[in-house]
Amino acid sequence: MLTAAAVTLAGGVLYLAQHGGARADYHVFHDAPARLRRVPTIVADALALRSPAIIQLGLLLLLATPIARVVLSLVAFAVQRDRLYVAISALVLAALLFGLLAGGA
Amino acid sequence: MTVLVMTSLVMLGGFVAGLVGALTGLGGGIVIVPLLTLAFHVDVHYAVGASLISVIATSSGAAAAYVREGFTNIRVGMFLEVASTSGALAGAYLALLVSPNLIAVLFGLVLLFTAVESLRPHPERVSDAPPRGLAAQLRLGSSYPGPSGPRPYQVERPGAGFALMIVAGALSALLGIGGGVLKVLAMDRTMRLPFKVSTTTSNFMIGVTAAASAAVYLGRGYIVPALAMPVMLGVLAGALVGARLLRAAETRALRLLFTAVVVVLALEMLYRGIGGKF
Repeated sequence: MLTAAAVTLAGGVLYLAQHGGARADYHVFHDAPARLRRVPTIVADALALRSPAIIQLGLLLLLATPIARVVLSLVAFAVQRDRLYVAISALVLAALLFGLLAGGA
Repeated sequence: MTVLVMTSLVMLGGFVAGLVGALTGLGGGIVIVPLLTLAFHVDVHYAVGASLISVIATSSGAAAAYVREGFTNIRVGMFLEVASTSGALAGAYLALLVSPNLIAVLFGLVLLFTAVESLRPHPERVSDAPPRGLAAQLRLGSSYPGPSGPRPYQVERPGAGFALMIVAGALSALLGIGGGVLKVLAMDRTMRLPFKVSTTTSNFMIGVTAAASAAVYLGRGYIVPALAMPVMLGVLAGALVGARLLRAAETRALRLLFTAVVVVLALEMLYRGIGGKF
């Protein structure tokens, strides 16, 4: 299922990144740098194989999972021609997307 | 301690949280935030960010299985999710303006409230009265698999449930708890859903609510890879294990587990929050 796939990918990616992380030997308390807050820079850094970015990308994928779940439910309702619930699901989806896009404002 | 040690410990904590979360309909966030703030002295906002991630993880780990098995009521879930997500967005924006000590105290109070609520005697009174009004219009009733075949049920007071969900969503974003606590209680008590339906539907919903909050936290820089990663992996593992166990589990035992966990954590958080230790 979509859920499992996205999640496994995220998990696997994160696991890889762990090897990079473990080498640092300090006990840190942290603020995520700006490059780890925005989707385009996360993807760019991840492609450059910087492990924190890979992790962050995995987390993004994880975030995408519930969104996918809503989309799938919406589709299922559409197939059943359940207009009421298509509308309800669309509302939820809109709220989610708003959070994602307007979140960093 | 080194990063490796800390990462492993956090991951272990995540595993336990995921297990408990999958079994009780909570997001595991209930355990993660106190764990990170009390044991590892992480600042509350980062703990909440990592916890939201764990909430999504638990929800994802178990949700697919529950839907497939027929426990989850997707219509109820979607309907309530409108309220919950809206509340979450509002809460997420608010959270970043609020003092950590206040968050801790609020957290403790919410936990205590839920513990008290769970301890009240509560016979499982599944509603089979014909649906009226909003519940009927929204076709919320359904059935779920029982040991001897499907058990039908109806849903009551969806309006009240909706209102409660707004609160649940906002608290979820403030405290990183996924809101599962309030969601299960609202569905169980107010809307009279069977307990296993409440927990599984809550599971379905909390991931969505948490995703809304997490999106905002991410944009603000409160989701940090080093912390979120072990939490996520540990929780996922725990949740998958927990989901396997649910069907075999006895409702009563689950409730007791839920209550025990909640009481302990509530007291800790209250103690620290009031003492201004955050």
